[in-house]
Amino acid sequence: MTGQIDWIPLSVFIFFFALVTVMGFLASRWKSGPVNEHLDEWGLGGRQFGTWITWFLVGGDFYTAYTVIAVPALVYAVGAFGFFALPYTIIVYPFVFAVMPMLWTIAHRNGYVTAADVVRGTYNSRTLELVVALTGIVATMPYIALQLVGMGTVIKALGLTGELPIVAAFIILALYTYSSGLRAPALIAFVKDIMIYIVVLVAVVIVPAKLGGYGAVFAAADKAFIAKGGATGILLKDSQMLAYATLALGSAFAAFMYPHTLTGVFASKSADTIRKNAILLPAYTLLLGLIALLGYMAHAANIKVDSPNDVVPVLFKTLFPSWFAGFSFSAIAIGALVPAAVMSIGAANLFTRNVWKIYLHPEISHAGEASVAKITSLIVKVGALAFTLFLPVQFALDLQLLGGLWILQTFPSLVFSLFTRWFRAEGLLAGWAVGILWGSWTAWSNGLKPLASLSLGGGTYTFYVGLGALILNIAVAAIVTVVMAWIAPATDRSVAVRS
Amino acid sequence: MWVLLLLPFVGLLWVPFYNFAEPSLFGFPFFYWYQLAWVPITSILIWLVYRSRPHDEAQ
Repeated sequence: MTGQIDWIPLSVFIFFFALVTVMGFLASRWKSGPVNEHLDEWGLGGRQFGTWITWFLVGGDFYTAYTVIAVPALVYAVGAFGFFALPYTIIVYPFVFAVMPMLWTIAHRNGYVTAADVVRGTYNSRTLELVVALTGIVATMPYIALQLVGMGTVIKALGLTGELPIVAAFIILALYTYSSGLRAPALIAFVKDIMIYIVVLVAVVIVPAKLGGYGAVFAAADKAFIAKGGATGILLKDSQMLAYATLALGSAFAAFMYPHTLTGVFASKSADTIRKNAILLPAYTLLLGLIALLGYMAHAANIKVDSPNDVVPVLFKTLFPSWFAGFSFSAIAIGALVPAAVMSIGAANLFTRNVWKIYLHPEISHAGEASVAKITSLIVKVGALAFTLFLPVQFALDLQLLGGLWILQTFPSLVFSLFTRWFRAEGLLAGWAVGILWGSWTAWSNGLKPLASLSLGGGTYTFYVGLGALILNIAVAAIVTVVMAWIAPATDRSVAVRS
Repeated sequence: MWVLLLLPFVGLLWVPFYNFAEPSLFGFPFFYWYQLAWVPITSILIWLVYRSRPHDEAQ
Protein backbone atom coordinates (compact mmCIF):
# COMPACT_ATOMS: atom_id res chain seq x y z
CA MET A 1 0.00 0.00 0.00
CA THR A 2 1.31 3.45 -0.81
CA GLY A 3 1.60 6.20 1.74
CA GLN A 4 0.44 8.76 -0.81
CA ILE A 5 -2.42 10.96 0.34
CA ASP A 6 -5.35 10.83 -2.05
CA TRP A 7 -7.36 14.03 -1.62
CA ILE A 8 -10.69 13.04 -3.16
CA PRO A 9 -11.42 10.05 -0.93
CA LEU A 10 -9.92 11.89 2.04
CA SER A 11 -12.31 14.83 1.54
CA VAL A 12 -15.28 12.46 1.31
CA PHE A 13 -14.05 10.77 4.45
CA ILE A 14 -13.65 14.03 6.38
CA PHE A 15 -17.10 15.19 5.28
CA PHE A 16 -18.86 12.10 6.65
CA PHE A 17 -16.76 12.06 9.78
CA ALA A 18 -17.67 15.68 10.49
CA LEU A 19 -21.34 14.89 9.81
CA VAL A 20 -21.51 12.09 12.38
CA THR A 21 -19.54 14.16 14.90
CA VAL A 22 -22.18 16.87 14.77
CA MET A 23 -24.90 14.23 15.01
CA GLY A 24 -23.14 12.66 17.98
CA PHE A 25 -23.18 15.88 19.96
CA LEU A 26 -26.73 16.83 18.92
CA ALA A 27 -27.95 13.36 19.92
CA SER A 28 -28.21 14.39 23.56
CA ARG A 29 -31.29 16.42 22.57
CA TRP A 30 -32.82 13.65 20.46
CA LYS A 31 -35.86 11.97 22.06
CA SER A 32 -34.60 14.01 24.89
CA GLY A 33 -34.59 13.08 28.47
CA PRO A 34 -32.51 14.18 31.42
CA VAL A 35 -29.25 12.61 30.22
CA ASN A 36 -27.30 13.57 33.33
CA GLU A 37 -29.88 12.65 35.92
CA HIS A 38 -30.36 8.91 35.50
CA LEU A 39 -28.28 6.02 34.20
CA ASP A 40 -31.36 4.81 32.30
CA GLU A 41 -31.07 7.97 30.23
CA TRP A 42 -27.32 8.09 29.58
CA GLY A 43 -26.68 4.33 29.54
CA LEU A 44 -29.89 3.02 27.95
CA GLY A 45 -31.13 6.02 25.98
CA GLY A 46 -34.22 6.23 28.18
CA ARG A 47 -35.36 2.62 27.51
CA GLN A 48 -37.57 3.88 24.71
CA PHE A 49 -36.10 2.66 21.42
CA GLY A 50 -38.71 1.18 19.12
CA THR A 51 -38.35 -1.46 16.42
CA TRP A 52 -36.47 0.61 13.83
CA ILE A 53 -34.04 2.36 16.14
CA THR A 54 -33.26 -0.95 17.82
CA TRP A 55 -32.78 -2.55 14.43
CA PHE A 56 -30.21 0.05 13.42
CA LEU A 57 -28.56 0.13 16.83
CA VAL A 58 -28.21 -3.61 17.37
CA GLY A 59 -27.36 -4.18 13.71
CA GLY A 60 -24.79 -1.42 13.99
CA ASP A 61 -23.09 -2.76 17.05
CA PHE A 62 -23.36 -6.49 16.47
CA TYR A 63 -22.02 -6.39 12.91
CA THR A 64 -18.98 -4.26 13.64
CA ALA A 65 -16.49 -2.46 11.39
CA TYR A 66 -13.96 -4.99 12.40
CA THR A 67 -16.26 -7.65 10.92
CA VAL A 68 -16.21 -5.88 7.57
CA ILE A 69 -12.41 -6.06 7.60
CA ALA A 70 -11.79 -9.37 9.38
CA VAL A 71 -14.39 -11.71 7.88
CA PRO A 72 -13.30 -11.14 4.25
CA ALA A 73 -9.69 -11.30 5.48
CA LEU A 74 -10.28 -14.74 6.97
CA VAL A 75 -12.20 -15.89 3.90
CA TYR A 76 -9.39 -14.60 1.70
CA ALA A 77 -6.83 -16.50 3.77
CA VAL A 78 -8.57 -19.84 4.41
CA GLY A 79 -11.74 -19.97 2.32
CA ALA A 80 -14.95 -21.75 3.36
CA PHE A 81 -13.97 -22.00 7.01
CA GLY A 82 -14.21 -18.22 7.36
CA PHE A 83 -17.90 -18.49 6.50
CA PHE A 84 -18.77 -19.87 9.94
CA ALA A 85 -19.85 -16.27 10.64
CA LEU A 86 -22.87 -16.95 8.41
CA PRO A 87 -24.48 -19.89 10.28
CA TYR A 88 -23.44 -18.16 13.51
CA THR A 89 -25.36 -14.99 12.72
CA ILE A 90 -28.39 -16.98 11.54
CA ILE A 91 -28.90 -19.35 14.47
CA VAL A 92 -28.36 -16.51 16.91
CA TYR A 93 -31.83 -15.14 16.07
CA PRO A 94 -34.08 -18.04 17.11
CA PHE A 95 -32.11 -17.84 20.37
CA VAL A 96 -32.62 -14.07 20.65
CA PHE A 97 -36.33 -14.50 19.92
CA ALA A 98 -36.80 -17.13 22.61
CA VAL A 99 -34.58 -15.75 25.36
CA MET A 100 -34.00 -11.99 25.10
CA PRO A 101 -37.64 -10.86 25.58
CA MET A 102 -37.67 -12.81 28.87
CA LEU A 103 -34.47 -11.11 29.96
CA TRP A 104 -35.81 -7.72 28.89
CA THR A 105 -38.97 -8.26 30.94
CA ILE A 106 -36.97 -9.01 34.10
CA ALA A 107 -34.70 -6.01 33.51
CA HIS A 108 -37.62 -3.71 32.82
CA ARG A 109 -39.63 -4.83 35.84
CA ASN A 110 -36.71 -4.35 38.24
CA GLY A 111 -34.89 -1.43 36.64
CA TYR A 112 -31.83 -3.53 35.81
CA VAL A 113 -29.26 -2.04 33.47
CA THR A 114 -26.73 -4.87 33.10
CA ALA A 115 -26.44 -8.66 32.93
CA ALA A 116 -24.80 -8.66 36.35
CA ASP A 117 -27.84 -6.82 37.79
CA VAL A 118 -30.03 -9.67 36.56
CA VAL A 119 -27.70 -12.26 38.10
CA ARG A 120 -27.63 -10.48 41.48
CA GLY A 121 -31.40 -10.19 41.48
CA THR A 122 -31.89 -13.84 40.63
CA TYR A 123 -29.30 -15.54 42.81
CA ASN A 124 -28.75 -12.94 45.52
CA SER A 125 -25.01 -13.53 45.17
CA ARG A 126 -22.58 -10.63 45.18
CA THR A 127 -19.72 -12.87 44.08
CA LEU A 128 -21.56 -14.21 41.04
CA GLU A 129 -22.62 -10.67 40.18
CA LEU A 130 -19.02 -9.48 40.40
CA VAL A 131 -17.57 -12.23 38.21
CA VAL A 132 -20.25 -11.70 35.56
CA ALA A 133 -19.53 -7.94 35.59
CA LEU A 134 -15.76 -8.35 35.43
CA THR A 135 -16.00 -10.95 32.66
CA GLY A 136 -18.10 -8.52 30.66
CA ILE A 137 -15.69 -5.62 31.15
CA VAL A 138 -12.57 -7.66 30.41
CA ALA A 139 -14.08 -9.32 27.34
CA THR A 140 -15.19 -5.98 25.93
CA MET A 141 -11.90 -4.07 26.17
CA PRO A 142 -10.02 -5.91 23.39
CA TYR A 143 -13.21 -5.79 21.29
CA ILE A 144 -13.13 -1.98 21.43
CA ALA A 145 -9.43 -2.09 20.57
CA LEU A 146 -10.27 -4.13 17.47
CA GLN A 147 -12.72 -1.49 16.30
CA LEU A 148 -9.77 0.88 16.38
CA VAL A 149 -7.73 -1.60 14.40
CA GLY A 150 -10.52 -1.66 11.79
CA MET A 151 -10.60 2.12 11.68
CA GLY A 152 -6.81 2.28 11.48
CA THR A 153 -6.84 -0.03 8.45
CA VAL A 154 -9.00 2.31 6.40
CA ILE A 155 -7.21 5.43 7.61
CA LYS A 156 -3.98 3.83 6.42
CA ALA A 157 -5.64 3.08 3.08
CA LEU A 158 -6.41 6.79 2.72
CA GLY A 159 -2.67 7.43 2.85
CA LEU A 160 -2.66 8.96 6.32
CA THR A 161 0.22 7.72 8.40
CA GLY A 162 1.06 7.96 12.05
CA GLU A 163 -1.13 7.62 15.09
CA LEU A 164 -2.50 11.14 15.15
CA PRO A 165 -5.65 10.63 12.98
CA ILE A 166 -6.87 7.69 15.00
CA VAL A 167 -6.18 9.42 18.30
CA ALA A 168 -8.13 12.46 17.09
CA ALA A 169 -11.04 10.31 15.87
CA PHE A 170 -11.18 8.55 19.19
CA ILE A 171 -11.10 11.67 21.30
CA ILE A 172 -14.05 13.04 19.34
CA LEU A 173 -15.90 9.76 19.83
CA ALA A 174 -15.13 9.76 23.54
CA LEU A 175 -16.42 13.29 23.98
CA TYR A 176 -19.78 12.85 22.31
CA THR A 177 -20.35 9.50 23.98
CA TYR A 178 -19.63 11.28 27.25
CA SER A 179 -22.15 14.00 26.59
CA SER A 180 -24.93 12.08 24.78
CA GLY A 181 -24.65 8.50 26.03
CA LEU A 182 -26.39 5.73 24.08
CA ARG A 183 -28.36 8.24 22.02
CA ALA A 184 -25.17 9.14 20.10
CA PRO A 185 -24.43 5.67 18.65
CA ALA A 186 -28.16 5.05 18.15
CA LEU A 187 -28.41 8.13 15.94
CA ILE A 188 -25.10 7.60 14.14
CA ALA A 189 -26.06 3.97 13.49
CA PHE A 190 -28.63 5.20 10.95
CA VAL A 191 -25.91 6.86 8.88
CA LYS A 192 -23.44 4.05 9.33
CA ASP A 193 -25.80 1.24 8.40
CA ILE A 194 -27.26 2.98 5.36
CA MET A 195 -23.72 3.71 4.13
CA ILE A 196 -22.61 0.12 4.68
CA TYR A 197 -25.70 -1.21 2.87
CA ILE A 198 -24.93 1.05 -0.11
CA VAL A 199 -21.27 0.01 -0.20
CA VAL A 200 -21.99 -3.69 -0.01
CA LEU A 201 -24.85 -3.66 -2.50
CA VAL A 202 -22.70 -1.75 -4.98
CA ALA A 203 -19.76 -4.06 -4.32
CA VAL A 204 -21.70 -7.27 -4.85
CA VAL A 205 -23.15 -6.01 -8.13
CA ILE A 206 -20.22 -4.07 -9.63
CA VAL A 207 -17.30 -6.20 -8.52
CA PRO A 208 -18.46 -9.55 -9.95
CA ALA A 209 -19.55 -7.74 -13.12
CA LYS A 210 -15.99 -6.45 -13.50
CA LEU A 211 -14.54 -9.83 -12.68
CA GLY A 212 -16.73 -12.00 -14.91
CA GLY A 213 -19.58 -13.07 -12.60
CA TYR A 214 -19.84 -15.12 -9.44
CA GLY A 215 -18.90 -18.35 -11.19
CA ALA A 216 -15.58 -16.79 -12.14
CA VAL A 217 -15.09 -15.40 -8.62
CA PHE A 218 -15.53 -18.83 -7.03
CA ALA A 219 -13.36 -20.48 -9.69
CA ALA A 220 -10.54 -17.97 -9.11
CA ALA A 221 -10.72 -18.52 -5.36
CA ASP A 222 -10.72 -22.30 -5.86
CA LYS A 223 -7.62 -22.05 -7.99
CA ALA A 224 -5.84 -19.83 -5.47
CA PHE A 225 -6.57 -22.25 -2.62
CA ILE A 226 -5.45 -25.29 -4.62
CA ALA A 227 -2.17 -23.48 -5.25
CA LYS A 228 -1.93 -22.52 -1.60
CA GLY A 229 -2.74 -25.98 -0.21
CA GLY A 230 -3.23 -26.84 3.47
CA ALA A 231 -6.55 -26.53 5.26
CA THR A 232 -7.96 -24.07 2.75
CA GLY A 233 -10.51 -24.31 -0.04
CA ILE A 234 -13.94 -23.17 -1.12
CA LEU A 235 -15.42 -26.24 0.58
CA LEU A 236 -14.65 -27.51 4.07
CA LYS A 237 -12.23 -30.36 4.68
CA ASP A 238 -13.75 -33.30 6.61
CA SER A 239 -11.65 -32.40 9.64
CA GLN A 240 -13.02 -28.82 9.64
CA MET A 241 -16.72 -29.62 9.76
CA LEU A 242 -17.07 -30.10 13.52
CA ALA A 243 -14.93 -27.03 14.16
CA TYR A 244 -17.15 -25.02 11.77
CA ALA A 245 -20.38 -26.09 13.48
CA THR A 246 -19.10 -25.66 17.05
CA LEU A 247 -17.64 -22.23 16.29
CA ALA A 248 -21.00 -21.18 14.84
CA LEU A 249 -22.97 -22.51 17.82
CA GLY A 250 -20.57 -21.25 20.50
CA SER A 251 -20.34 -17.80 18.93
CA ALA A 252 -24.14 -17.61 18.65
CA PHE A 253 -24.55 -18.35 22.37
CA ALA A 254 -21.82 -15.84 23.25
CA ALA A 255 -23.03 -12.99 21.01
CA PHE A 256 -25.80 -11.65 23.23
CA MET A 257 -23.91 -12.18 26.47
CA TYR A 258 -21.66 -9.22 25.58
CA PRO A 259 -22.42 -5.92 27.32
CA HIS A 260 -22.84 -4.06 24.04
CA THR A 261 -25.48 -6.36 22.57
CA LEU A 262 -27.33 -6.62 25.90
CA THR A 263 -27.30 -2.83 26.19
CA GLY A 264 -29.10 -2.72 22.83
CA VAL A 265 -31.65 -5.25 24.10
CA PHE A 266 -32.28 -3.47 27.42
CA ALA A 267 -32.59 -0.09 25.69
CA SER A 268 -35.58 -1.23 23.64
CA LYS A 269 -39.09 -0.13 24.40
CA SER A 270 -40.78 -3.50 24.82
CA ALA A 271 -40.31 -7.25 24.66
CA ASP A 272 -42.15 -7.18 21.38
CA THR A 273 -39.58 -4.76 19.95
CA ILE A 274 -36.98 -7.47 20.49
CA ARG A 275 -39.17 -10.20 18.96
CA LYS A 276 -39.72 -8.11 15.84
CA ASN A 277 -35.99 -7.46 15.66
CA ALA A 278 -35.25 -11.18 15.77
CA ILE A 279 -37.32 -11.39 12.58
CA LEU A 280 -35.79 -8.31 10.93
CA LEU A 281 -32.13 -8.41 11.99
CA PRO A 282 -31.21 -11.35 9.71
CA ALA A 283 -31.17 -8.79 6.87
CA TYR A 284 -27.76 -7.85 8.24
CA THR A 285 -26.68 -11.47 8.05
CA LEU A 286 -27.41 -11.50 4.33
CA LEU A 287 -25.18 -8.45 4.11
CA LEU A 288 -22.48 -10.19 6.13
CA GLY A 289 -22.58 -13.22 3.81
CA LEU A 290 -22.04 -10.90 0.86
CA ILE A 291 -19.27 -9.02 2.69
CA ALA A 292 -17.52 -12.34 3.32
CA LEU A 293 -17.50 -12.97 -0.43
CA LEU A 294 -15.27 -9.91 -0.86
CA GLY A 295 -12.47 -12.23 0.25
CA TYR A 296 -13.03 -14.36 -2.87
CA MET A 297 -13.47 -11.33 -5.09
CA ALA A 298 -9.99 -10.26 -4.01
CA HIS A 299 -8.63 -13.53 -5.40
CA ALA A 300 -10.50 -12.98 -8.65
CA ALA A 301 -9.06 -9.45 -8.86
CA ASN A 302 -5.57 -10.89 -8.33
CA ILE A 303 -5.01 -8.87 -5.20
CA LYS A 304 -1.99 -9.82 -3.13
CA VAL A 305 -1.53 -8.30 0.31
CA ASP A 306 0.97 -8.75 3.11
CA SER A 307 -1.65 -8.60 5.84
CA PRO A 308 -5.07 -10.15 5.07
CA ASN A 309 -6.70 -7.23 6.91
CA ASP A 310 -5.77 -5.01 3.96
CA VAL A 311 -7.82 -7.12 1.52
CA VAL A 312 -11.00 -5.04 1.64
CA PRO A 313 -9.37 -1.58 1.45
CA VAL A 314 -7.10 -2.66 -1.41
CA LEU A 315 -10.01 -4.28 -3.27
CA PHE A 316 -12.10 -1.11 -2.97
CA LYS A 317 -9.22 1.09 -4.07
CA THR A 318 -8.54 -1.13 -7.06
CA LEU A 319 -12.10 -1.48 -8.31
CA PHE A 320 -13.97 1.65 -7.22
CA PRO A 321 -13.57 5.24 -8.41
CA SER A 322 -11.67 7.17 -5.78
CA TRP A 323 -14.67 9.12 -4.42
CA PHE A 324 -16.60 5.90 -3.86
CA ALA A 325 -13.57 4.28 -2.25
CA GLY A 326 -13.55 7.27 0.11
CA PHE A 327 -17.25 6.75 0.78
CA SER A 328 -16.63 3.06 1.54
CA PHE A 329 -13.78 3.83 3.91
CA SER A 330 -15.93 6.39 5.70
CA ALA A 331 -18.64 3.75 6.07
CA ILE A 332 -16.16 1.35 7.66
CA ALA A 333 -14.63 3.99 9.96
CA ILE A 334 -18.04 5.23 11.09
CA GLY A 335 -18.95 1.58 11.43
CA ALA A 336 -16.21 1.37 14.05
CA LEU A 337 -17.56 4.33 16.03
CA VAL A 338 -20.98 2.85 16.73
CA PRO A 339 -19.86 -0.42 18.34
CA ALA A 340 -16.94 1.27 20.10
CA ALA A 341 -19.37 3.72 21.70
CA VAL A 342 -21.92 1.08 22.69
CA MET A 343 -19.21 -1.22 24.03
CA SER A 344 -17.73 1.50 26.22
CA ILE A 345 -21.22 2.38 27.47
CA GLY A 346 -21.95 -1.28 28.24
CA ALA A 347 -18.67 -1.67 30.12
CA ALA A 348 -19.25 1.63 31.96
CA ASN A 349 -22.75 0.51 33.01
CA LEU A 350 -21.30 -2.72 34.41
CA PHE A 351 -18.60 -0.93 36.34
CA THR A 352 -21.01 1.63 37.75
CA ARG A 353 -23.82 -0.71 38.74
CA ASN A 354 -21.94 -3.80 39.80
CA VAL A 355 -18.59 -2.60 41.09
CA TRP A 356 -18.76 1.07 42.08
CA LYS A 357 -22.29 1.05 43.50
CA ILE A 358 -21.94 -2.27 45.32
CA TYR A 359 -18.43 -1.90 46.74
CA LEU A 360 -17.66 1.81 46.94
CA HIS A 361 -20.82 3.85 47.17
CA PRO A 362 -24.01 1.90 47.90
CA GLU A 363 -26.13 5.03 48.48
CA ILE A 364 -25.24 6.56 45.12
CA SER A 365 -28.02 8.65 43.55
CA HIS A 366 -29.32 8.14 40.02
CA ALA A 367 -27.48 11.25 38.88
CA GLY A 368 -24.34 9.96 40.60
CA GLU A 369 -24.61 6.68 38.69
CA ALA A 370 -24.84 8.57 35.42
CA SER A 371 -21.77 10.66 36.17
CA VAL A 372 -19.67 7.67 37.28
CA ALA A 373 -20.67 5.83 34.09
CA LYS A 374 -19.78 8.83 31.92
CA ILE A 375 -16.31 9.10 33.39
CA THR A 376 -15.82 5.33 33.21
CA SER A 377 -16.69 5.36 29.51
CA LEU A 378 -13.85 7.85 28.98
CA ILE A 379 -11.40 5.69 30.91
CA VAL A 380 -12.46 2.56 29.04
CA LYS A 381 -11.85 4.28 25.72
CA VAL A 382 -8.48 5.68 26.72
CA GLY A 383 -7.57 2.16 27.85
CA ALA A 384 -8.59 0.68 24.51
CA LEU A 385 -6.68 3.39 22.68
CA ALA A 386 -3.54 2.73 24.71
CA PHE A 387 -4.05 -0.94 23.95
CA THR A 388 -3.90 -0.35 20.19
CA LEU A 389 -1.09 2.19 20.34
CA PHE A 390 1.31 0.37 22.62
CA LEU A 391 0.62 -3.32 22.13
CA PRO A 392 0.89 -5.36 18.93
CA VAL A 393 -2.35 -5.84 16.97
CA GLN A 394 -1.98 -9.58 17.37
CA PHE A 395 -2.32 -9.13 21.12
CA ALA A 396 -5.72 -7.47 20.76
CA LEU A 397 -6.77 -10.21 18.35
CA ASP A 398 -5.73 -12.97 20.74
CA LEU A 399 -7.43 -11.30 23.67
CA GLN A 400 -10.62 -10.75 21.71
CA LEU A 401 -10.65 -14.43 20.90
CA LEU A 402 -10.21 -15.32 24.56
CA GLY A 403 -12.86 -12.69 25.35
CA GLY A 404 -15.43 -14.64 23.32
CA LEU A 405 -14.55 -17.76 25.24
CA TRP A 406 -14.77 -15.91 28.58
CA ILE A 407 -18.08 -14.17 27.93
CA LEU A 408 -19.58 -17.52 26.89
CA GLN A 409 -18.89 -18.80 30.42
CA THR A 410 -21.42 -16.30 31.83
CA PHE A 411 -24.17 -17.94 29.74
CA PRO A 412 -25.38 -20.40 32.44
CA SER A 413 -25.57 -17.67 35.12
CA LEU A 414 -27.56 -15.34 32.92
CA VAL A 415 -29.79 -17.66 30.90
CA PHE A 416 -30.50 -20.82 32.90
CA SER A 417 -32.57 -19.09 35.56
CA LEU A 418 -35.09 -18.07 32.90
CA PHE A 419 -35.99 -21.73 32.53
CA THR A 420 -35.07 -23.41 35.82
CA ARG A 421 -34.12 -22.34 39.31
CA TRP A 422 -32.46 -25.67 40.01
CA PHE A 423 -28.86 -24.44 39.69
CA ARG A 424 -27.33 -22.78 42.74
CA ALA A 425 -25.05 -19.76 42.79
CA GLU A 426 -22.13 -21.78 44.20
CA GLY A 427 -22.45 -24.24 41.33
CA LEU A 428 -22.62 -21.54 38.67
CA LEU A 429 -19.61 -19.83 40.20
CA ALA A 430 -17.58 -23.06 40.22
CA GLY A 431 -18.67 -23.82 36.64
CA TRP A 432 -17.68 -20.33 35.51
CA ALA A 433 -14.23 -20.67 37.13
CA VAL A 434 -13.56 -24.10 35.64
CA GLY A 435 -14.80 -23.01 32.19
CA ILE A 436 -12.61 -19.91 32.18
CA LEU A 437 -9.52 -21.70 33.47
CA TRP A 438 -9.79 -24.77 31.26
CA GLY A 439 -10.73 -22.75 28.19
CA SER A 440 -7.95 -20.18 28.63
CA TRP A 441 -5.38 -22.83 29.38
CA THR A 442 -6.37 -24.93 26.37
CA ALA A 443 -6.43 -21.97 23.99
CA TRP A 444 -3.11 -20.76 25.40
CA SER A 445 -1.37 -24.10 25.04
CA ASN A 446 -2.59 -24.40 21.45
CA GLY A 447 -0.86 -21.14 20.57
CA LEU A 448 -4.02 -19.05 21.14
CA LYS A 449 -6.08 -20.85 18.55
CA PRO A 450 -9.81 -21.13 19.22
CA LEU A 451 -9.76 -24.82 18.37
CA ALA A 452 -8.90 -27.86 20.45
CA SER A 453 -8.57 -31.49 19.43
CA LEU A 454 -9.80 -34.58 21.21
CA SER A 455 -8.84 -38.13 20.31
CA LEU A 456 -11.66 -40.54 20.88
CA GLY A 457 -12.01 -44.11 19.68
CA GLY A 458 -9.37 -43.77 16.98
CA GLY A 459 -10.75 -40.54 15.53
CA THR A 460 -9.57 -37.01 16.21
CA TYR A 461 -12.21 -34.37 16.72
CA THR A 462 -11.39 -30.68 16.43
CA PHE A 463 -13.86 -28.31 18.04
CA TYR A 464 -14.28 -24.75 19.38
CA VAL A 465 -12.63 -24.42 22.79
CA GLY A 466 -15.31 -22.01 24.05
CA LEU A 467 -18.09 -24.53 23.51
CA GLY A 468 -16.02 -27.28 25.14
CA ALA A 469 -15.44 -25.00 28.12
CA LEU A 470 -19.18 -24.23 28.30
CA ILE A 471 -20.06 -27.93 28.44
CA LEU A 472 -17.50 -28.42 31.20
CA ASN A 473 -18.86 -25.32 32.94
CA ILE A 474 -22.42 -26.70 32.93
CA ALA A 475 -21.27 -30.14 34.12
CA VAL A 476 -19.35 -28.62 37.05
CA ALA A 477 -22.27 -26.32 37.88
CA ALA A 478 -24.61 -29.33 38.01
CA ILE A 479 -22.26 -31.43 40.15
CA VAL A 480 -21.59 -28.63 42.65
CA THR A 481 -25.32 -27.87 42.82
CA VAL A 482 -26.04 -31.50 43.69
CA VAL A 483 -23.25 -31.59 46.29
CA MET A 484 -24.30 -28.29 47.86
CA ALA A 485 -27.93 -29.35 48.01
CA TRP A 486 -26.77 -32.43 49.90
CA ILE A 487 -24.48 -30.51 52.31
CA ALA A 488 -26.73 -27.51 52.83
CA PRO A 489 -30.34 -27.96 51.74
CA ALA A 490 -31.70 -24.70 50.45
CA THR A 491 -33.29 -22.46 53.04
CA ASP A 492 -33.14 -19.02 51.51
CA ARG A 493 -33.98 -19.89 47.95
CA SER A 494 -37.57 -18.72 48.08
CA VAL A 495 -36.23 -15.29 49.07
CA ALA A 496 -33.83 -15.31 46.16
CA VAL A 497 -36.58 -16.20 43.72
CA ARG A 498 -38.70 -13.28 44.83
CA SER A 499 -35.99 -10.63 44.76
CA MET B 1 -44.86 -24.04 16.94
CA TRP B 2 -41.78 -23.30 19.03
CA VAL B 3 -40.12 -26.36 17.54
CA LEU B 4 -39.77 -24.37 14.29
CA LEU B 5 -37.06 -22.35 16.05
CA LEU B 6 -34.89 -25.46 16.18
CA LEU B 7 -34.91 -26.04 12.42
CA PRO B 8 -32.12 -23.51 11.61
CA PHE B 9 -29.89 -25.24 14.15
CA VAL B 10 -30.50 -28.61 12.52
CA GLY B 11 -30.16 -27.27 9.00
CA LEU B 12 -26.94 -25.38 9.60
CA LEU B 13 -25.05 -27.32 12.24
CA TRP B 14 -25.17 -30.64 10.40
CA VAL B 15 -22.39 -29.56 8.05
CA PRO B 16 -21.89 -32.83 6.07
CA PHE B 17 -25.39 -32.27 4.71
CA TYR B 18 -24.38 -29.20 2.70
CA ASN B 19 -20.62 -29.26 2.20
CA PHE B 20 -20.86 -29.70 -1.60
CA ALA B 21 -20.22 -27.68 -4.72
CA GLU B 22 -23.15 -29.00 -6.76
CA PRO B 23 -25.88 -28.10 -7.57
CA SER B 24 -24.70 -24.55 -7.99
CA LEU B 25 -27.01 -21.56 -8.38
CA PHE B 26 -26.10 -18.33 -10.22
CA GLY B 27 -22.45 -19.36 -9.95
CA PHE B 28 -22.71 -19.95 -6.17
CA PRO B 29 -21.66 -23.45 -5.07
CA PHE B 30 -24.30 -25.30 -3.02
CA PHE B 31 -22.38 -24.69 0.26
CA TYR B 32 -22.89 -20.94 -0.17
CA TRP B 33 -26.40 -20.55 -1.51
CA TYR B 34 -27.75 -23.18 0.87
CA GLN B 35 -26.50 -21.22 3.88
CA LEU B 36 -27.59 -17.89 2.44
CA ALA B 37 -31.04 -19.38 1.79
CA TRP B 38 -31.35 -20.10 5.52
CA VAL B 39 -31.34 -16.36 6.25
CA PRO B 40 -34.83 -15.65 4.84
CA ILE B 41 -36.06 -19.09 5.90
CA THR B 42 -35.06 -18.36 9.50
CA SER B 43 -36.80 -14.98 9.40
CA ILE B 44 -39.98 -16.63 8.14
CA LEU B 45 -39.84 -19.39 10.76
CA ILE B 46 -39.42 -16.86 13.57
CA TRP B 47 -42.24 -14.79 12.11
CA LEU B 48 -44.52 -17.86 12.06
CA VAL B 49 -43.79 -18.52 15.73
CA TYR B 50 -44.28 -14.83 16.51
CA ARG B 51 -47.67 -14.81 14.79
CA SER B 52 -48.86 -17.95 16.53
CA ARG B 53 -48.14 -16.68 20.02
CA PRO B 54 -51.18 -16.09 22.20
CA HIS B 55 -52.04 -12.41 22.40
CA ASP B 56 -51.99 -12.07 26.16
CA GLU B 57 -48.25 -12.65 26.04
CA ALA B 58 -47.73 -9.81 23.63
CA GLN B 59 -46.41 -6.69 25.24
